[in-house]
Amino acid sequence: MADTLVPTHPLERYLPVLAALTEELAAVPGVDLALGLLPTTAAVDLRLDAREATTPDVVGTLGGRLPSTPNTWTTLDDGEGRALWLGPDEWLLVADRPAGPWEDALRAVVGPRGGAAVDVSAQRTGFTLRGADARELLALGCALDLRPASFPPGSCAQTLLGQAGVLLVAVDTGVDVLVRRSFADYLAAWLLDAAEEFRPIPAGEGDRA
Amino acid sequence: MQLIRCPWCGPREETEFHPGGPATVPYPADPAALSDADWARFVFVRPNPKGPSREWWAHSAGCRRWFAAERDTRTHRFTGPMTAGAP
Repeated sequence: MADTLVPTHPLERYLPVLAALTEELAAVPGVDLALGLLPTTAAVDLRLDAREATTPDVVGTLGGRLPSTPNTWTTLDDGEGRALWLGPDEWLLVADRPAGPWEDALRAVVGPRGGAAVDVSAQRTGFTLRGADARELLALGCALDLRPASFPPGSCAQTLLGQAGVLLVAVDTGVDVLVRRSFADYLAAWLLDAAEEFRPIPAGEGDRA
Repeated sequence: MQLIRCPWCGPREETEFHPGGPATVPYPADPAALSDADWARFVFVRPNPKGPSREWWAHSAGCRRWFAAERDTRTHRFTGPMTAGAP
């Protein structure tokens, strides 16, 4: 009998580390921060002339409207999927569904309109940062103004976090960080190091300063 | 360090951008008709102004779109309007 291969998260080995850190931070007074992994989902990169983006069959196939405002995202299929603005004619569609048929269905609609749909599910993986201090953590390595007033839920931005290019997605309870798989280990190390800021100072060490 | 205003994404950190040379050197209308000297002039010779300079920049860590911007070469300050896709 051949062994059965079970699909795992590409960052599976960080799960216990992030869980332990989250548990430790939960006990720190005044700190509201939880770190986790974003579930693996299908992702399709959509290129389409923005003037074609609002046509009924495009909207119908997507199950929602593409965001036309830069640095924002919209929900698709009654909240099951997301359409993230990447550029004036480029969007990242994310949803938990089979990637292949989705790519084919989208390509059939946008192809004749001069657009393209490409399955990029394996390109990115991600982290979830939850709690009021999620933005404080990101601010340690990101030049964007991440305060809720200028980066409210419903915003997204491609930018640099540490040295890695990331896609930040603001949600109601925190921020999702999408990162290219090859940068994910670096970013995991960066997040764990940055989160040191929120851990309690061990007894005695705080006196030295 | 300074913030550069991407015409699509808005103000972003300078490190997100990549320079692409002067936006004032148009591609020849009929490249095959140029003499070797004129072709070399198009390929290699660039203006090197002291002061305002019209340049191509790419928002390489963001929307990855090219735009033209005016930068003062003495101060490295971005002064003029940013134009998406046009010099």
